[in-house]
Amino acid sequence: MSETAERTSPAHYALVVVLALLAIGPVYIMVMTSAKNQVDMFSRVPLWLFVPTLDNYSTVLFDKKFDRYLFNSLFVAIMSTLITLALAGSAAYAIARKDFWGRGFISYGNLMVRMVPPAVIAVPVFALWARWGYSGRFEELLGLTLFYTALNLPFAIWLLFSFVKQIPEDLEEAAIVDGATPFQVFRLVIFPLMKSGYAVTAIFTFRIAWNEFLIALFLTGRKARTLPVAIQGFLTDEGVEWGRIMAMGTLIVIPSLIITFFAARQIITGLTAGAVKG
Amino acid sequence: MRESNTIWPGVPSMKKLRTALSENLIAYAFLAPALAILVIGLAYPLITTLHMSFLDYSMGTPWETREWVGLRWFQKLWNDPDVWYSFWVTLRYGFWVVVIEMILGTGLALALERPIRGASLFRTALIIPLMVSPIVVGLIWRYLFDARTGMINYYLGIWFGIGPVPWLADPDIALTSLIITDIWQWTPFIFIIVLAGLQAIPREVIEASTIDGANWWQMTFLVKLPMIKSVLIVALLMRIVDVYKVVEVVFILTEGGPGLETELLALHVYKTAFLSQNLGYASAISMLLLGIVTVLSLIVLSISNPMKTKSDF
Repeated sequence: MSETAERTSPAHYALVVVLALLAIGPVYIMVMTSAKNQVDMFSRVPLWLFVPTLDNYSTVLFDKKFDRYLFNSLFVAIMSTLITLALAGSAAYAIARKDFWGRGFISYGNLMVRMVPPAVIAVPVFALWARWGYSGRFEELLGLTLFYTALNLPFAIWLLFSFVKQIPEDLEEAAIVDGATPFQVFRLVIFPLMKSGYAVTAIFTFRIAWNEFLIALFLTGRKARTLPVAIQGFLTDEGVEWGRIMAMGTLIVIPSLIITFFAARQIITGLTAGAVKG
Repeated sequence: MRESNTIWPGVPSMKKLRTALSENLIAYAFLAPALAILVIGLAYPLITTLHMSFLDYSMGTPWETREWVGLRWFQKLWNDPDVWYSFWVTLRYGFWVVVIEMILGTGLALALERPIRGASLFRTALIIPLMVSPIVVGLIWRYLFDARTGMINYYLGIWFGIGPVPWLADPDIALTSLIITDIWQWTPFIFIIVLAGLQAIPREVIEASTIDGANWWQMTFLVKLPMIKSVLIVALLMRIVDVYKVVEVVFILTEGGPGLETELLALHVYKTAFLSQNLGYASAISMLLLGIVTVLSLIVLSISNPMKTKSDF
């Protein structure tokens, strides 16, 4: 008996299509607007069909600074993702499997700091940074990497924890009987089984670091600016340059769109991990 | 070899103590790198916030010029109508956003629960709003809401004959515009979580209630929703905590204006620090924000602590 994909009413399909269009619509309008020339953009009637142009992209891309912003954003996003993954896996393993003093405090504290609003971190980070006197481009980028890693770790540990819990404990016991040290157990038994967990976690940590705005705004000077901070600079008092903004917005969103298309299932796993399994 | 200590009953033997000690050492070796980053990058800044909330310290002045002012900022905070107004704005924003998203997300999940062809494509589409950078979300909606050139006003005019609505400039409407934007971005989150919860209900339960003759109404409100109660509560609380994190979208859409009508608490912290340049006072408001979020988090954790080890599968 297969009753899965049958007896679906047309109303059901209509609702699905409308919702999908509502979700994609605003993003589609951004991409569409980014390909309009100055005349089409300010046409009184919104144009859905027009001759696309890449002018806005060439303005954005050939701006000497775009590659710098891109590099900055990629640097902090990739570095903080790698460091977060490297540190979170073993921490999650310890919390899930080891019995140690302060375990309750650490697991509880980990969940508490996950709730901290970034705005609360941004103020002291600015003050500390000013006091320490770092102002070079790479000092600022490394600083951002540090704070993004710290901001991402609690969520990453919590997510990876739920993956460690799914690994049968017999495997570790067998390895211990065979004489493996605790670190070999982690490296040779646990780590290979957590690859999908790492993939899910990487998506979320990359997303946070790539999109983060407030701390980057506080911390970075002209040279270490990331893409979200740079795009906001197009909102000038003299007027809003929508063409350039939409082109740059599209460029910022492209990595997220690619991830969404290829890893939708992993994203859903990450989103539902806490609520449904906990 | 003795298992327990016979000289002092109740005191663990040396051997047990030694195993416990080595267990601890191993555990902390695994934890140490992450803990180090969390202490430097998160705990230390938070302690600095607490410290600065007792200091007169402005942006751009050397650290040496700081002055201890005791509870001055907290007194000011207590009597500052702007802070409480922005708290009130946050509460209103949070109330509407959470209520509408929960009802809409849950309702849609119930309506679209049955698997259909193309479901994965549909879900991919729904995730997109969640993945878009908040800054870009703000920019897109600012473009759509634009009173003169925005598409929303154009189609409202053409289809419903409604004159141009000053979405972001009218004090009575601006918060609604923010709420609409938030609903667009976050309803999919509730939908996805609730859908996963519904699909985790054992089939036998549904079949048994069908055999017992439950109608749609009874099935939904007496069987399905009670069974996913914990999922609903966690989703609800996660959204409530998230409301206190919102800065970017408001920053782009209205910058808190007109007046203070859309000044959410987190944005107020930003403005006090960056525009008024009063880092001490901004820290005191941060402490208020942190206090609210801590209370909320404790409620979340008392209802469900996903990291407890015993008694879960």
